[in-house]
Amino acid sequence: MKVMAQVGMVMNLDKCIGCHTCSVTCKQAWTNRAGTEYVWFNNVETRPGQGYPRRYEDQERWRGGWELNRRGRLKLKAGGRVKKLLGIFASPVQPELNDYYEPWTYDYETLTEAPLGDDFPVARPKSLITGENTKIEWSANWDDNLGGTSQLGHLDPIVEKIRKESEDKIKFEFEQTFMFYLPRICEHCLNPSCMASCPSGAIYKREEDGIVLVDQDRCRGWRQCVTGCPYKKMYFNHKTGKAEKCTFCYPRIEVGIPTVCSETCVGRLRYLGIFLYDADKVTEAASVPDEKDLYQAQLDLMLDPNDPEVIAAARAEGIPEDWLDAARRSPVYHLAKVYKVALPLHPEYRTMPMVWYVPPLSPVVDLLSDQGHDAEDADNLFGAIEALRVPVEYLAELFTAGDMEIVTGVLRKLAAMRAYMRGISLGNDPEESIPVSVGMNGERMYEMYRLMAIAKYNERYVIPKAHVEQAHNLEEMGCSLDFEDGPGMYASDAFGEASGRPTPVAVENFYALKQRQTTGGHFEPGELRGRVNLLNWDGRGVPRGMFPEQDNPQMSPDSPAHEGGAAGPGPDAGGPSDQAGPSGNPLESRP
Amino acid sequence: MTDIVLWGVLPYVMVAILVGGSVWRYKYDQFGWTTRSSQLYESKLLRIASPVFHFGILAVIAGHFFGLVIPKSWTEAVGMSQDFYHFNALFVGGIAGICTLGGIILLIVRRRTTGPVFMATTKNDKTMYVVLVAAIVFGLWTTLASVFLGGHGHNYRETVSPWFRSLFIFQPDIGSMAAAPFSFHLHTLVGMLLFALWPFTRLVHAFTAPFHYLFRPYIVYRSRDVRTAPGARGRQPGWQPVGTRDRDRR
Repeated sequence: MKVMAQVGMVMNLDKCIGCHTCSVTCKQAWTNRAGTEYVWFNNVETRPGQGYPRRYEDQERWRGGWELNRRGRLKLKAGGRVKKLLGIFASPVQPELNDYYEPWTYDYETLTEAPLGDDFPVARPKSLITGENTKIEWSANWDDNLGGTSQLGHLDPIVEKIRKESEDKIKFEFEQTFMFYLPRICEHCLNPSCMASCPSGAIYKREEDGIVLVDQDRCRGWRQCVTGCPYKKMYFNHKTGKAEKCTFCYPRIEVGIPTVCSETCVGRLRYLGIFLYDADKVTEAASVPDEKDLYQAQLDLMLDPNDPEVIAAARAEGIPEDWLDAARRSPVYHLAKVYKVALPLHPEYRTMPMVWYVPPLSPVVDLLSDQGHDAEDADNLFGAIEALRVPVEYLAELFTAGDMEIVTGVLRKLAAMRAYMRGISLGNDPEESIPVSVGMNGERMYEMYRLMAIAKYNERYVIPKAHVEQAHNLEEMGCSLDFEDGPGMYASDAFGEASGRPTPVAVENFYALKQRQTTGGHFEPGELRGRVNLLNWDGRGVPRGMFPEQDNPQMSPDSPAHEGGAAGPGPDAGGPSDQAGPSGNPLESRP
Repeated sequence: MTDIVLWGVLPYVMVAILVGGSVWRYKYDQFGWTTRSSQLYESKLLRIASPVFHFGILAVIAGHFFGLVIPKSWTEAVGMSQDFYHFNALFVGGIAGICTLGGIILLIVRRRTTGPVFMATTKNDKTMYVVLVAAIVFGLWTTLASVFLGGHGHNYRETVSPWFRSLFIFQPDIGSMAAAPFSFHLHTLVGMLLFALWPFTRLVHAFTAPFHYLFRPYIVYRSRDVRTAPGARGRQPGWQPVGTRDRDRR
């Protein structure tokens, strides 16, 4: 047993109101740059719907994920290693920009610059790819709230599949339809097929927290990962020629704060925490023959953090105590394995995704209450879950490879919780028969209710910091002005856009601040490569690097012998005596 | 004198630039080291043109190796007659060369006519294309010339090849090379220019052809990068904090 820790997420779909705040804040944080205009690390899809990129779930076309070969071993659906290398000169099944959408902006300038006239000026849409006028025909979220679904709904691969199995079951007439929102990020899989597809080996899974990242220095732009990922959450930055993906906001996770999408979620539907899993068993679990067993196999990989054997094995692997403690308090572990209400998205891709979903009961509840029934009565709800085959079948295709029983079981638990808690809040005696009917007891059901309904910030997000001994080394941030043409954008280098080394901009951190505040003289942060951070400069002295070095020892910043020097009252940096020295404008005193 | 400079000095200058430039760029510009694929913008033409060009040029490279590195005496020793060799070189080499040229012409047409692809083309790319196409055209010319000019054309295995091999023992056989016809001189010079430009263009992607993909494990685990940030607190003397492991990975 090799115990590893994995940061995981659970989203409770009943709470998603489709506001896209997560998408927008994620885009502002991560993909608000040239080359990633079309990229949404986080997007929210209305289901039924085609998703983003269009019909990404149709793996017969896009060839993402894994399949079993004749000998029952895992094989990339797009082909083995040799086939991948032979197809490297033109990736055979890569989505084009049109499958995502052509990003655009508006020509807002004409609104203010247009000359006076009889007509109102119009801001025409301009393509962000060609700069030409464009016609907006699709976007990352075109079929929002079932927009156009009566015409295009049959293009949803899942609808297509269910229809094929039973004639014409899903109707998109207003009265009979159902819908819910599905926010999607990278799944940070235990068995990622993007990583397996990468010829350069640039994609890696972090040992400490399981976050899947692309090494931007090692990526060579062969774009096989885009094909390999069945969720199409690998994106090609067309300006830098490198692959990019959701980072699980690792700089935030490392310091113990939630991802941007979780932090800003209006419905508070996201949960973050640690899973402990057995890394030695991943391949075995991903190769179970029957797709419907994949959910159970994935669940079996998740180890019980209270099991003394697991704890001992985890300690042997060097997982710190605070992480073990977080694993015991992990809300995602509870939702997925203890209450068993969170399900993986498309387990049939065999990637072992680590973003889990509590399926929505709302399609059932909505239909019940629309028909005038009591939508919080356990019997009504249980009956409706059995009767409303279509939404349940649809959810089963999404979350359990088509196994209706599992989805029904989860929905029954959610229905039972709803009915049980209604009774309690009406002041009735808790009706123990309700939790028992779904295999739980009242106490556990109440715990589940607490976690799903009223959990506070620090209960929803249980994120241990990066190992504390290392945490002080992790404080390096980029500059917020580094966007294209922005004041902080370093110039393009000889080999085109964004070539050369990225220049890190050190923002003053805790220790730098403390050092500056407590030293008498001018503080020089080390390793700033001869550059001066004017934000750190307190106006006293001349920091080294502000002016070119001079041979004159009297002006040498390190020389304590400057007083009485020929340069007169030269304010100097470095010496402790500087504190009492004359402080004038350092610029004037230069010879 | 010109011959000495062209065939005795220039090759070494070219190699120095190629090796030095590649090492420098590999160290300095990992982030810029990419194919800069434009498949996202346009896929239909690329799907035909790019494999035709790339497989063509791989065959051309194999042919160059066969013609330049393997001495005539060796092929004759295994019973391959000059006529047979020459026919093969022209036939297979000609097909590979035409594929390569056709492929790159298609690729350039695509690049020029597809708006977003043209906009993503840098001056560096354009320069590289000129030299690359010139090298291919002149090379194809030497091949086709020996087909259409009658006879067997020029037997480069008695001039260019010995010179090429002599370069590796630092005894350049300048006389042999000087005796080769003009078309070979031109092709060689443009080829050397191409190799000198190589490290500074997108062609570098060829140097990181991912053969190790055949051998690496599918799943890659890597520890988090632990680098000291500027201004961060250095290691403190005295006791290590509780939980410090033996033999720190740093």
